[in-house]
Amino acid sequence: MADDIMLETEGLTKEFKGFIAVSDVHLGVRRGTIHAMIGPNGAGKTTCFNLLTKFLPPTRGRIRYRGRDITKADPTEVARLGMVRSFQISATFPRLSVLENVRIALQRRRGGSFDFWRPAKALRQYNAEALDLIDMVGLGDVAETTAGELPYGRKRALEIATTLALDPEMMLLDEPTAGMGHEDVGRISALIRRVATARTVLMVEHNIKVVADLSHRITVLASGRILAEGDYDQVSRHPKVIEAYMGTDHAA
Amino acid sequence: MTVEAASLSARHSGQVPGHHQITFVVMLALLTMAPYGFYPIFLMKVLCFALFATAFNLLIGFVGLLSFGHAAFFGFGSYLSAHAAKVWGLPPELAILSGVAVAAALGVVIGGLAIRRHGIYFAMVTLALAQMIYFFALQAPFTGGEDGIQAVPRGFLLGVIDLRNDLACYYFVLAVYLCGFLLVYRIIHSPFGEVLRAIRDNETRAISLGYRIKLYKLLAFTLSAAISGLAGATKALVFQLASLTDVHWTMSGEVILMTLLGGLGTVFGPTVGAATIVTLQNHLAALGSWVTVAQGGIFILCVLVFRRGLVGELGRLLGNRQF
Ligand SMILES: Nc1ncnc2c1ncn2[C@@H]1O[C@H](COP(=O)(O)OP(=O)(O)OP(=O)(O)O)[C@@H](O)[C@H]1O
Ligand SMILES: [Mg+2]
Repeated sequence: MADDIMLETEGLTKEFKGFIAVSDVHLGVRRGTIHAMIGPNGAGKTTCFNLLTKFLPPTRGRIRYRGRDITKADPTEVARLGMVRSFQISATFPRLSVLENVRIALQRRRGGSFDFWRPAKALRQYNAEALDLIDMVGLGDVAETTAGELPYGRKRALEIATTLALDPEMMLLDEPTAGMGHEDVGRISALIRRVATARTVLMVEHNIKVVADLSHRITVLASGRILAEGDYDQVSRHPKVIEAYMGTDHAA
Repeated sequence: MTVEAASLSARHSGQVPGHHQITFVVMLALLTMAPYGFYPIFLMKVLCFALFATAFNLLIGFVGLLSFGHAAFFGFGSYLSAHAAKVWGLPPELAILSGVAVAAALGVVIGGLAIRRHGIYFAMVTLALAQMIYFFALQAPFTGGEDGIQAVPRGFLLGVIDLRNDLACYYFVLAVYLCGFLLVYRIIHSPFGEVLRAIRDNETRAISLGYRIKLYKLLAFTLSAAISGLAGATKALVFQLASLTDVHWTMSGEVILMTLLGGLGTVFGPTVGAATIVTLQNHLAALGSWVTVAQGGIFILCVLVFRRGLVGELGRLLGNRQF
Protein backbone atom coordinates (compact mmCIF):
# COMPACT_ATOMS: atom_id res chain seq x y z
CA MET A 1 0.00 0.00 0.00
CA ALA A 2 2.67 2.46 1.07
CA ASP A 3 4.42 2.57 -2.30
CA ASP A 4 1.11 3.47 -3.85
CA ILE A 5 1.58 6.86 -2.23
CA MET A 6 3.54 9.33 -4.31
CA LEU A 7 3.62 12.25 -1.92
CA GLU A 8 2.95 12.13 1.77
CA THR A 9 3.12 14.57 4.67
CA GLU A 10 2.98 14.03 8.41
CA GLY A 11 1.97 16.82 10.75
CA LEU A 12 3.05 19.49 8.30
CA THR A 13 2.92 22.87 10.00
CA LYS A 14 3.99 26.39 9.05
CA GLU A 15 3.95 29.33 11.41
CA PHE A 16 4.63 32.92 10.32
CA LYS A 17 5.60 34.91 13.40
CA GLY A 18 2.99 33.25 15.55
CA PHE A 19 0.34 33.07 12.81
CA ILE A 20 -0.32 29.45 11.85
CA ALA A 21 -0.84 29.26 8.08
CA VAL A 22 -0.68 25.47 7.79
CA SER A 23 -1.50 23.32 10.77
CA ASP A 24 -0.79 19.63 11.28
CA VAL A 25 -1.59 18.55 7.72
CA HIS A 26 -1.49 14.83 6.94
CA LEU A 27 -1.73 14.48 3.20
CA GLY A 28 -1.39 11.45 0.98
CA VAL A 29 -1.42 11.76 -2.80
CA ARG A 30 -1.73 8.44 -4.60
CA ARG A 31 0.29 7.65 -7.66
CA GLY A 32 -1.47 8.29 -10.94
CA THR A 33 -4.33 10.34 -9.50
CA ILE A 34 -5.46 13.91 -9.79
CA HIS A 35 -5.75 15.23 -6.30
CA ALA A 36 -7.36 18.62 -5.72
CA MET A 37 -6.81 20.92 -2.81
CA ILE A 38 -9.57 23.43 -2.30
CA GLY A 39 -10.54 25.93 0.35
CA PRO A 40 -11.44 29.56 0.86
CA ASN A 41 -8.96 32.40 0.30
CA GLY A 42 -6.17 32.37 2.82
CA ALA A 43 -6.77 28.72 3.74
CA GLY A 44 -3.08 27.94 3.32
CA LYS A 45 -3.11 26.14 -0.04
CA THR A 46 -0.29 28.09 -1.64
CA THR A 47 1.71 27.89 1.58
CA CYS A 48 1.26 24.12 1.44
CA PHE A 49 2.63 24.09 -2.11
CA ASN A 50 5.58 26.18 -1.00
CA LEU A 51 6.27 23.69 1.78
CA LEU A 52 5.94 20.65 -0.45
CA THR A 53 8.31 22.04 -3.08
CA LYS A 54 10.66 23.34 -0.38
CA PHE A 55 10.35 27.01 -1.29
CA LEU A 56 9.54 27.44 2.41
CA PRO A 57 10.95 25.41 5.31
CA PRO A 58 8.25 23.79 7.46
CA THR A 59 8.06 24.69 11.14
CA ARG A 60 7.22 21.07 11.96
CA GLY A 61 6.41 17.85 10.19
CA ARG A 62 7.82 15.58 7.52
CA ILE A 63 7.44 15.30 3.76
CA ARG A 64 8.07 12.12 1.78
CA TYR A 65 8.18 11.94 -1.99
CA ARG A 66 8.29 8.47 -3.55
CA GLY A 67 9.21 7.04 -0.16
CA ARG A 68 12.14 9.40 0.19
CA ASP A 69 12.29 11.99 2.95
CA ILE A 70 12.59 15.41 1.32
CA THR A 71 11.94 17.50 4.43
CA LYS A 72 15.47 18.90 4.22
CA ALA A 73 15.86 19.05 0.43
CA ASP A 74 16.12 22.33 -1.48
CA PRO A 75 13.73 23.40 -4.25
CA THR A 76 16.17 22.58 -7.03
CA GLU A 77 16.57 19.04 -5.76
CA VAL A 78 12.81 18.60 -5.52
CA ALA A 79 12.44 19.64 -9.16
CA ARG A 80 15.20 17.28 -10.18
CA LEU A 81 13.48 14.41 -8.39
CA GLY A 82 10.57 14.94 -10.77
CA MET A 83 8.15 17.07 -8.77
CA VAL A 84 7.60 20.33 -10.62
CA ARG A 85 5.25 23.12 -9.67
CA SER A 86 3.54 26.06 -11.28
CA PHE A 87 2.84 29.30 -9.46
CA GLN A 88 -0.36 31.07 -8.52
CA ILE A 89 1.06 34.39 -9.67
CA SER A 90 1.89 33.39 -13.18
CA ALA A 91 5.58 32.60 -13.52
CA THR A 92 7.06 32.98 -16.98
CA PHE A 93 10.31 34.46 -18.22
CA PRO A 94 8.74 37.73 -19.38
CA ARG A 95 11.48 38.95 -21.72
CA LEU A 96 11.93 35.58 -23.43
CA SER A 97 9.59 34.49 -26.19
CA VAL A 98 7.03 31.74 -25.68
CA LEU A 99 9.27 29.34 -27.56
CA GLU A 100 12.34 30.33 -25.53
CA ASN A 101 10.40 29.82 -22.31
CA VAL A 102 9.63 26.23 -23.19
CA ARG A 103 13.12 25.61 -24.55
CA ILE A 104 14.63 26.60 -21.21
CA ALA A 105 12.83 23.69 -19.59
CA LEU A 106 13.78 21.25 -22.37
CA GLN A 107 17.36 22.37 -22.08
CA ARG A 108 17.41 21.63 -18.36
CA ARG A 109 16.19 18.12 -18.95
CA ARG A 110 18.51 17.30 -21.82
CA GLY A 111 21.68 18.96 -20.52
CA GLY A 112 24.27 21.21 -22.14
CA SER A 113 23.12 24.25 -20.20
CA PHE A 114 26.64 25.24 -19.17
CA ASP A 115 27.93 25.27 -22.75
CA PHE A 116 28.96 28.90 -23.05
CA TRP A 117 31.19 28.25 -26.06
CA ARG A 118 28.49 26.81 -28.32
CA PRO A 119 26.49 29.03 -30.69
CA ALA A 120 22.81 29.76 -30.27
CA LYS A 121 22.19 27.38 -33.17
CA ALA A 122 22.66 24.56 -30.67
CA LEU A 123 19.25 25.50 -29.28
CA ARG A 124 17.55 24.74 -32.60
CA GLN A 125 17.41 21.06 -31.73
CA TYR A 126 14.71 21.86 -29.14
CA ASN A 127 12.45 23.85 -31.46
CA ALA A 128 10.31 21.02 -32.82
CA GLU A 129 9.55 19.52 -29.43
CA ALA A 130 8.94 22.97 -27.92
CA LEU A 131 6.49 23.86 -30.70
CA ASP A 132 4.59 20.63 -30.12
CA LEU A 133 4.14 21.50 -26.46
CA ILE A 134 3.14 25.05 -27.36
CA ASP A 135 0.50 23.75 -29.77
CA MET A 136 -0.78 21.40 -27.11
CA VAL A 137 -1.66 24.30 -24.79
CA GLY A 138 -3.13 26.31 -27.67
CA LEU A 139 -0.38 28.90 -28.04
CA GLY A 140 0.68 27.92 -31.56
CA ASP A 141 -0.24 31.35 -32.93
CA VAL A 142 1.99 33.24 -30.48
CA ALA A 143 5.06 30.99 -30.35
CA GLU A 144 7.40 33.85 -31.22
CA THR A 145 5.72 36.48 -29.06
CA THR A 146 7.49 37.82 -25.98
CA ALA A 147 5.94 36.11 -22.97
CA GLY A 148 5.48 39.34 -21.02
CA GLU A 149 3.08 40.62 -23.70
CA LEU A 150 0.65 37.72 -23.39
CA PRO A 151 -2.68 38.17 -21.60
CA TYR A 152 -2.86 36.57 -18.18
CA GLY A 153 -4.71 33.40 -19.14
CA ARG A 154 -2.26 32.64 -21.93
CA LYS A 155 0.67 33.09 -19.56
CA ARG A 156 -0.89 30.37 -17.44
CA ALA A 157 -1.06 28.11 -20.45
CA LEU A 158 2.59 28.85 -21.20
CA GLU A 159 3.49 27.97 -17.65
CA ILE A 160 1.84 24.59 -18.04
CA ALA A 161 3.69 23.96 -21.30
CA THR A 162 6.98 24.83 -19.60
CA THR A 163 6.21 22.52 -16.69
CA LEU A 164 5.27 19.70 -19.06
CA ALA A 165 8.52 20.17 -20.96
CA LEU A 166 10.33 18.71 -17.97
CA ASP A 167 8.19 15.59 -18.26
CA PRO A 168 7.70 15.52 -14.49
CA GLU A 169 6.38 12.49 -12.67
CA MET A 170 4.42 14.74 -10.41
CA MET A 171 2.96 18.18 -11.13
CA LEU A 172 1.76 20.69 -8.58
CA LEU A 173 -0.51 23.24 -10.24
CA ASP A 174 -1.58 26.32 -8.30
CA GLU A 175 -4.87 27.52 -9.83
CA PRO A 176 -4.05 26.50 -13.40
CA THR A 177 -7.22 27.97 -14.94
CA ALA A 178 -7.39 31.23 -13.00
CA GLY A 179 -7.93 34.23 -15.27
CA MET A 180 -8.72 32.12 -18.33
CA GLY A 181 -11.61 32.56 -20.68
CA HIS A 182 -14.25 29.85 -20.91
CA GLU A 183 -12.73 28.20 -23.97
CA ASP A 184 -9.23 28.08 -22.49
CA VAL A 185 -10.51 26.60 -19.23
CA GLY A 186 -11.99 23.74 -21.25
CA ARG A 187 -8.78 23.26 -23.19
CA ILE A 188 -6.54 23.31 -20.14
CA SER A 189 -8.68 21.00 -18.06
CA ALA A 190 -8.79 18.54 -20.95
CA LEU A 191 -5.03 18.85 -21.20
CA ILE A 192 -4.56 18.19 -17.49
CA ARG A 193 -6.72 15.10 -17.76
CA ARG A 194 -4.74 13.89 -20.75
CA VAL A 195 -1.25 14.43 -19.33
CA ALA A 196 -2.28 13.04 -15.95
CA THR A 197 -2.66 9.55 -17.34
CA ALA A 198 1.07 9.06 -16.95
CA ARG A 199 1.63 11.33 -13.95
CA THR A 200 0.40 12.36 -10.57
CA VAL A 201 -1.19 15.78 -10.22
CA LEU A 202 -1.87 17.84 -7.13
CA MET A 203 -3.75 21.02 -7.92
CA VAL A 204 -5.28 23.98 -6.20
CA GLU A 205 -8.34 25.14 -8.09
CA HIS A 206 -11.21 27.49 -7.39
CA ASN A 207 -13.25 26.53 -10.43
CA ILE A 208 -15.54 23.91 -8.88
CA LYS A 209 -16.55 22.51 -12.24
CA VAL A 210 -12.93 21.77 -13.11
CA VAL A 211 -12.42 20.19 -9.69
CA ALA A 212 -15.52 18.05 -10.05
CA ASP A 213 -14.61 16.94 -13.57
CA LEU A 214 -10.99 16.09 -12.95
CA SER A 215 -10.23 15.07 -9.44
CA HIS A 216 -10.17 11.59 -8.04
CA ARG A 217 -9.76 12.90 -4.57
CA ILE A 218 -10.25 16.26 -2.89
CA THR A 219 -8.76 17.70 0.26
CA VAL A 220 -10.53 20.70 1.74
CA LEU A 221 -8.40 23.12 3.68
CA ALA A 222 -9.68 25.91 5.91
CA SER A 223 -7.61 28.07 8.24
CA GLY A 224 -4.62 25.85 7.61
CA ARG A 225 -6.32 22.62 8.68
CA ILE A 226 -7.77 19.74 6.73
CA LEU A 227 -11.51 20.06 7.01
CA ALA A 228 -12.56 17.10 4.94
CA GLU A 229 -11.25 14.66 2.38
CA GLY A 230 -12.85 12.31 -0.10
CA ASP A 231 -14.24 12.23 -3.61
CA TYR A 232 -16.37 15.03 -4.97
CA ASP A 233 -19.70 13.65 -3.76
CA GLN A 234 -18.45 13.03 -0.26
CA VAL A 235 -16.79 16.37 0.06
CA SER A 236 -19.59 18.45 -1.41
CA ARG A 237 -22.08 16.96 1.03
CA HIS A 238 -19.84 17.35 4.03
CA PRO A 239 -21.57 19.70 6.51
CA LYS A 240 -18.33 21.42 7.59
CA VAL A 241 -17.43 22.11 3.98
CA ILE A 242 -20.81 23.62 3.25
CA GLU A 243 -20.46 25.75 6.35
CA ALA A 244 -16.94 26.91 5.45
CA TYR A 245 -18.00 27.85 1.95
CA MET A 246 -21.25 29.59 2.85
CA GLY A 247 -19.49 32.60 4.29
CA THR A 248 -17.32 33.15 1.21
CA ASP A 249 -17.86 34.04 -2.41
CA HIS A 250 -16.80 30.58 -3.53
CA ALA A 251 -20.13 29.03 -2.69
CA ALA A 252 -20.41 27.67 -6.25
CA MET B 1 -2.18 28.47 -37.05
CA THR B 2 0.87 26.47 -36.30
CA VAL B 3 4.47 27.54 -36.64
CA GLU B 4 6.76 25.09 -38.34
CA ALA B 5 10.20 24.70 -36.80
CA ALA B 6 11.73 25.41 -40.22
CA SER B 7 9.99 28.77 -40.70
CA LEU B 8 11.05 30.42 -37.46
CA SER B 9 12.57 33.88 -37.33
CA ALA B 10 16.33 34.38 -37.13
CA ARG B 11 16.09 34.83 -33.36
CA HIS B 12 14.73 31.36 -32.86
CA SER B 13 16.81 29.54 -35.40
CA GLY B 14 19.98 30.85 -33.77
CA GLN B 15 21.27 33.03 -36.59
CA VAL B 16 23.36 36.07 -35.83
CA PRO B 17 21.03 39.01 -36.57
CA GLY B 18 21.92 41.05 -39.65
CA HIS B 19 22.16 44.36 -37.82
CA HIS B 20 24.77 42.88 -35.47
CA GLN B 21 26.82 41.62 -38.41
CA ILE B 22 26.71 44.99 -40.15
CA THR B 23 27.56 46.96 -37.01
CA PHE B 24 30.44 44.63 -36.29
CA VAL B 25 31.89 45.00 -39.78
CA VAL B 26 31.62 48.81 -39.57
CA MET B 27 33.27 48.79 -36.14
CA LEU B 28 36.04 46.52 -37.41
CA ALA B 29 36.70 48.80 -40.40
CA LEU B 30 36.80 51.90 -38.20
CA LEU B 31 39.14 50.30 -35.69
CA THR B 32 41.44 49.01 -38.41
CA MET B 33 41.83 52.48 -39.93
CA ALA B 34 41.73 54.42 -36.67
CA PRO B 35 45.51 54.61 -36.04
CA TYR B 36 45.82 56.71 -39.20
CA GLY B 37 43.68 59.40 -37.59
CA PHE B 38 44.28 59.05 -33.86
CA TYR B 39 47.20 58.40 -31.55
CA PRO B 40 47.70 54.63 -31.13
CA ILE B 41 48.27 55.08 -27.37
CA PHE B 42 44.89 56.77 -27.00
CA LEU B 43 43.21 54.07 -29.09
CA MET B 44 44.80 51.29 -27.07
CA LYS B 45 43.49 52.85 -23.90
CA VAL B 46 40.02 52.96 -25.43
CA LEU B 47 40.22 49.31 -26.46
CA CYS B 48 41.41 48.12 -23.03
CA PHE B 49 38.57 49.93 -21.31
CA ALA B 50 36.10 48.84 -23.98
CA LEU B 51 37.05 45.23 -23.23
CA PHE B 52 36.79 45.83 -19.49
CA ALA B 53 33.31 47.37 -19.85
CA THR B 54 32.21 44.57 -22.19
CA ALA B 55 33.24 42.02 -19.57
CA PHE B 56 31.47 43.97 -16.85
CA ASN B 57 28.32 44.21 -18.96
CA LEU B 58 28.21 40.42 -19.23
CA LEU B 59 27.39 40.40 -15.53
CA ILE B 60 25.19 43.45 -15.04
CA GLY B 61 23.47 43.40 -18.42
CA PHE B 62 22.85 39.70 -18.89
CA VAL B 63 22.71 38.27 -15.37
CA GLY B 64 21.51 41.38 -13.57
CA LEU B 65 24.34 41.31 -11.03
CA LEU B 66 25.85 44.69 -10.11
CA SER B 67 29.43 44.12 -9.04
CA PHE B 68 31.14 47.02 -7.36
CA GLY B 69 34.46 45.24 -7.19
CA HIS B 70 35.55 44.68 -10.74
CA ALA B 71 38.67 46.80 -10.24
CA ALA B 72 40.06 43.83 -8.30
CA PHE B 73 40.12 41.68 -11.45
CA PHE B 74 41.27 44.45 -13.77
CA GLY B 75 43.95 45.51 -11.31
CA PHE B 76 45.24 42.10 -10.42
CA GLY B 77 45.32 41.02 -14.04
CA SER B 78 47.39 44.13 -14.59
CA TYR B 79 49.77 43.46 -11.66
CA LEU B 80 50.35 39.87 -12.59
CA SER B 81 51.03 40.48 -16.24
CA ALA B 82 53.41 43.33 -15.35
CA HIS B 83 55.22 41.16 -12.82
CA ALA B 84 55.39 38.20 -15.19
CA ALA B 85 56.79 40.29 -18.02
CA LYS B 86 59.24 42.24 -15.92
CA VAL B 87 60.44 39.87 -13.18
CA TRP B 88 59.84 36.45 -14.69
CA GLY B 89 60.74 37.64 -18.17
CA LEU B 90 57.75 35.95 -19.79
CA PRO B 91 56.79 36.87 -23.38
CA PRO B 92 53.74 39.17 -23.67
CA GLU B 93 51.27 36.43 -24.58
CA LEU B 94 52.17 34.36 -21.51
CA ALA B 95 52.33 37.42 -19.25
CA ILE B 96 48.79 38.30 -20.29
CA LEU B 97 47.59 34.74 -19.84
CA SER B 98 48.94 34.66 -16.29
CA GLY B 99 47.01 37.87 -15.60
CA VAL B 100 43.85 36.23 -16.93
CA ALA B 101 44.43 33.13 -14.80
CA VAL B 102 44.83 35.06 -11.57
CA ALA B 103 41.77 37.20 -12.32
CA ALA B 104 39.72 34.05 -12.99
CA ALA B 105 40.90 32.50 -9.71
CA LEU B 106 40.00 35.68 -7.83
CA GLY B 107 36.64 35.61 -9.63
CA VAL B 108 35.86 32.14 -8.33
CA VAL B 109 36.62 33.21 -4.74
CA ILE B 110 34.94 36.63 -4.74
CA GLY B 111 32.05 35.42 -6.89
CA GLY B 112 31.59 32.35 -4.70
CA LEU B 113 31.20 34.55 -1.64
CA ALA B 114 29.12 37.29 -3.26
CA ILE B 115 26.46 35.28 -5.12
CA ARG B 116 24.99 34.11 -1.86
CA ARG B 117 23.57 37.62 -1.57
CA HIS B 118 21.11 39.55 -3.69
CA GLY B 119 20.80 43.10 -5.00
CA ILE B 120 22.54 45.78 -2.99
CA TYR B 121 24.05 43.21 -0.62
CA PHE B 122 25.73 41.51 -3.54
CA ALA B 123 27.23 44.86 -4.58
CA MET B 124 28.39 45.52 -1.01
CA VAL B 125 30.11 42.14 -0.67
CA THR B 126 31.97 42.64 -3.95
CA LEU B 127 33.00 46.12 -2.84
CA ALA B 128 34.23 44.90 0.54
CA LEU B 129 36.26 42.06 -0.95
CA ALA B 130 37.70 44.32 -3.63
CA GLN B 131 38.79 46.74 -0.90
CA MET B 132 40.62 43.87 0.80
CA ILE B 133 42.37 43.18 -2.48
CA TYR B 134 43.26 46.87 -2.71
CA PHE B 135 44.88 46.87 0.73
CA PHE B 136 46.73 43.71 -0.14
CA ALA B 137 48.06 45.45 -3.26
CA LEU B 138 49.07 48.42 -1.13
CA GLN B 139 51.04 46.24 1.31
CA ALA B 140 52.39 43.34 -0.75
CA PRO B 141 56.01 43.87 -1.81
CA PHE B 142 55.64 42.58 -5.37
CA THR B 143 53.14 45.31 -6.39
CA GLY B 144 55.56 48.09 -5.58
CA GLY B 145 53.09 49.87 -3.30
CA GLU B 146 52.56 53.52 -4.20
CA ASP B 147 55.04 53.32 -7.09
CA GLY B 148 53.43 50.36 -8.80
CA ILE B 149 55.35 48.22 -11.26
CA GLN B 150 57.02 50.57 -13.71
CA ALA B 151 59.02 50.14 -16.91
CA VAL B 152 57.29 46.90 -17.84
CA PRO B 153 58.82 45.59 -21.08
CA ARG B 154 56.29 45.10 -23.89
CA GLY B 155 58.48 42.37 -25.36
CA PHE B 156 58.19 40.42 -28.59
CA LEU B 157 54.86 38.82 -29.42
CA LEU B 158 55.41 35.09 -30.07
CA GLY B 159 59.10 35.93 -30.06
CA VAL B 160 58.95 37.82 -33.37
CA ILE B 161 56.71 40.90 -33.42
CA ASP B 162 58.29 43.84 -31.65
CA LEU B 163 55.56 45.45 -29.57
CA ARG B 164 57.72 48.49 -28.82
CA ASN B 165 56.40 49.73 -32.13
CA ASP B 166 53.12 51.48 -31.24
CA LEU B 167 51.37 50.51 -34.46
CA ALA B 168 52.24 46.83 -34.07
CA CYS B 169 51.18 47.03 -30.45
CA TYR B 170 47.88 48.64 -31.49
CA TYR B 171 46.97 45.79 -33.85
CA PHE B 172 47.89 43.29 -31.17
CA VAL B 173 45.59 45.06 -28.67
CA LEU B 174 42.88 45.20 -31.33
CA ALA B 175 43.18 41.43 -31.77
CA VAL B 176 42.94 40.90 -28.01
CA TYR B 177 39.89 43.18 -27.84
CA LEU B 178 38.17 41.39 -30.72
CA CYS B 179 38.79 37.98 -29.13
CA GLY B 180 37.30 39.20 -25.85
CA PHE B 181 34.38 40.91 -27.57
CA LEU B 182 33.52 37.86 -29.68
CA LEU B 183 33.85 35.57 -26.67
CA VAL B 184 31.35 37.68 -24.72
CA TYR B 185 29.07 37.77 -27.77
CA ARG B 186 29.22 34.00 -27.98
CA ILE B 187 28.56 33.57 -24.26
CA ILE B 188 25.40 35.69 -24.32
CA HIS B 189 24.15 33.85 -27.39
CA SER B 190 24.96 30.34 -26.21
CA PRO B 191 22.80 27.72 -24.48
CA PHE B 192 24.41 28.96 -21.25
CA GLY B 193 23.54 32.57 -22.10
CA GLU B 194 19.93 31.59 -22.64
CA VAL B 195 19.80 30.20 -19.10
CA LEU B 196 21.40 33.39 -17.79
CA ARG B 197 18.65 35.45 -19.40
CA ALA B 198 16.05 33.19 -17.85
CA ILE B 199 17.61 33.55 -14.40
CA ARG B 200 17.72 37.33 -14.79
CA ASP B 201 14.06 37.34 -15.82
CA ASN B 202 12.67 35.10 -13.10
CA GLU B 203 15.01 33.45 -10.67
CA THR B 204 12.29 31.64 -8.74
CA ARG B 205 10.88 30.03 -11.86
CA ALA B 206 14.36 28.93 -12.93
CA ILE B 207 14.83 27.26 -9.53
CA SER B 208 11.46 25.54 -9.80
CA LEU B 209 12.55 24.10 -13.14
CA GLY B 210 15.51 22.52 -11.37
CA TYR B 211 18.29 24.93 -12.35
CA ARG B 212 21.14 25.21 -9.86
CA ILE B 213 21.27 28.93 -10.36
CA LYS B 214 24.27 29.60 -8.11
CA LEU B 215 26.52 27.58 -10.41
CA TYR B 216 25.35 29.59 -13.43
CA LYS B 217 25.95 32.86 -11.65
CA LEU B 218 29.37 31.71 -10.50
CA LEU B 219 30.40 30.67 -14.00
CA ALA B 220 29.20 34.00 -15.41
CA PHE B 221 31.01 35.88 -12.65
CA THR B 222 34.23 33.98 -13.27
CA LEU B 223 34.10 34.53 -17.03
CA SER B 224 33.47 38.23 -16.48
CA ALA B 225 36.38 38.41 -14.00
CA ALA B 226 38.72 36.56 -16.37
CA ILE B 227 37.93 38.87 -19.30
CA SER B 228 38.33 41.91 -17.03
CA GLY B 229 41.72 40.46 -16.10
CA LEU B 230 42.52 40.16 -19.80
CA ALA B 231 41.76 43.86 -20.21
CA GLY B 232 43.91 44.83 -17.22
CA ALA B 233 46.78 42.55 -18.23
CA THR B 234 46.85 44.02 -21.73
CA LYS B 235 46.69 47.55 -20.37
CA ALA B 236 49.73 46.91 -18.13
CA LEU B 237 51.85 45.98 -21.13
CA VAL B 238 50.61 48.82 -23.32
CA PHE B 239 51.32 51.51 -20.72
CA GLN B 240 54.24 49.56 -19.26
CA LEU B 241 52.74 50.22 -15.86
CA ALA B 242 50.61 48.51 -13.24
CA SER B 243 49.56 50.76 -10.38
CA LEU B 244 47.15 51.19 -7.49
CA THR B 245 44.81 53.18 -9.74
CA ASP B 246 43.89 49.93 -11.49
CA VAL B 247 42.71 48.23 -8.27
CA HIS B 248 41.16 51.32 -6.69
CA TRP B 249 37.40 51.41 -6.16
CA THR B 250 37.10 54.42 -8.46
CA MET B 251 38.08 52.07 -11.29
CA SER B 252 35.04 49.92 -10.43
CA GLY B 253 32.98 53.10 -10.56
CA GLU B 254 34.40 54.11 -13.92
CA VAL B 255 33.53 50.81 -15.57
CA ILE B 256 29.98 51.07 -14.25
CA LEU B 257 29.73 54.56 -15.74
CA MET B 258 31.06 53.43 -19.13
CA THR B 259 28.63 50.55 -19.30
CA LEU B 260 25.70 52.65 -18.16
CA LEU B 261 26.49 55.44 -20.62
CA GLY B 262 26.84 53.02 -23.53
CA GLY B 263 23.79 50.96 -22.60
CA LEU B 264 23.34 48.11 -20.14
CA GLY B 265 22.66 44.78 -21.77
CA THR B 266 23.54 45.97 -25.26
CA VAL B 267 26.24 44.35 -27.39
CA PHE B 268 28.11 47.44 -28.58
CA GLY B 269 27.17 49.85 -25.79
CA PRO B 270 30.10 49.23 -23.43
CA THR B 271 32.56 49.90 -26.25
CA VAL B 272 30.83 53.17 -27.17
CA GLY B 273 30.62 54.14 -23.49
CA ALA B 274 34.31 53.44 -22.92
CA ALA B 275 35.33 55.39 -26.02
CA THR B 276 33.22 58.36 -24.90
CA ILE B 277 34.55 58.43 -21.36
CA VAL B 278 38.21 57.96 -22.34
CA THR B 279 37.86 60.75 -24.93
CA LEU B 280 36.31 63.05 -22.35
CA GLN B 281 39.05 62.27 -19.84
CA ASN B 282 41.67 63.14 -22.44
CA HIS B 283 40.05 66.41 -23.43
CA LEU B 284 39.20 67.48 -19.93
CA ALA B 285 42.54 66.45 -18.45
CA ALA B 286 43.54 70.11 -18.24
CA LEU B 287 40.59 70.79 -15.96
CA GLY B 288 42.03 68.59 -13.24
CA SER B 289 39.50 67.49 -10.68
CA TRP B 290 36.65 68.90 -12.79
CA VAL B 291 36.87 65.64 -14.74
CA THR B 292 35.31 63.90 -11.76
CA VAL B 293 32.54 66.50 -11.65
CA ALA B 294 31.89 66.05 -15.37
CA GLN B 295 31.71 62.28 -14.91
CA GLY B 296 29.30 62.75 -12.03
CA GLY B 297 27.15 64.94 -14.28
CA ILE B 298 27.12 62.28 -17.01
CA PHE B 299 26.19 59.67 -14.46
CA ILE B 300 23.21 61.68 -13.26
CA LEU B 301 22.17 62.39 -16.86
CA CYS B 302 22.24 58.67 -17.66
CA VAL B 303 20.16 57.72 -14.67
CA LEU B 304 17.61 60.49 -15.18
CA VAL B 305 17.08 60.81 -18.93
CA PHE B 306 19.20 58.26 -20.74
CA ARG B 307 18.12 55.09 -19.04
CA ARG B 308 19.02 52.90 -21.99
CA GLY B 309 22.36 54.55 -22.65
CA LEU B 310 23.61 55.89 -26.00
CA VAL B 311 23.39 52.61 -27.89
CA GLY B 312 20.17 51.57 -26.19
CA GLU B 313 18.45 54.83 -27.18
CA LEU B 314 19.81 54.58 -30.71
CA GLY B 315 18.47 51.05 -31.01
CA ARG B 316 15.07 52.24 -29.88
CA LEU B 317 15.06 54.96 -32.54
CA LEU B 318 16.10 52.44 -35.21
CA GLY B 319 12.97 50.36 -34.84
CA ASN B 320 13.34 48.91 -31.34
CA ARG B 321 16.36 46.84 -32.13
CA GLN B 322 18.98 45.74 -29.70
CA PHE B 323 22.50 46.62 -30.78
N1 LIG C 1 5.36 34.81 3.85
C1 LIG C 1 4.28 34.99 4.63
N2 LIG C 1 4.37 35.69 5.78
C2 LIG C 1 3.29 35.87 6.57
N3 LIG C 1 2.07 35.38 6.30
C3 LIG C 1 1.91 34.67 5.19
C4 LIG C 1 3.00 34.44 4.28
N4 LIG C 1 2.55 33.70 3.23
C5 LIG C 1 1.24 33.50 3.48
N5 LIG C 1 0.84 34.06 4.63
C6 LIG C 1 -0.50 34.01 5.21
O1 LIG C 1 -0.87 32.67 5.31
C7 LIG C 1 -2.25 32.51 5.01
C8 LIG C 1 -2.40 31.47 3.92
O2 LIG C 1 -1.98 32.02 2.70
P1 LIG C 1 -1.98 31.19 1.34
O3 LIG C 1 -1.40 32.06 0.29
O4 LIG C 1 -1.33 29.90 1.57
O5 LIG C 1 -3.54 30.99 1.09
P2 LIG C 1 -4.27 30.31 -0.14
O6 LIG C 1 -5.07 29.22 0.42
O7 LIG C 1 -3.33 29.98 -1.21
O8 LIG C 1 -5.25 31.49 -0.57
P3 LIG C 1 -5.73 31.93 -2.04
O9 LIG C 1 -6.90 31.09 -2.38
O10 LIG C 1 -6.12 33.36 -1.85
O11 LIG C 1 -4.60 31.77 -2.97
C9 LIG C 1 -2.77 33.88 4.62
O12 LIG C 1 -3.46 34.43 5.73
C10 LIG C 1 -1.53 34.66 4.31
O13 LIG C 1 -1.71 36.02 4.64
MG1 LIG D 1 -3.03 30.58 -3.11
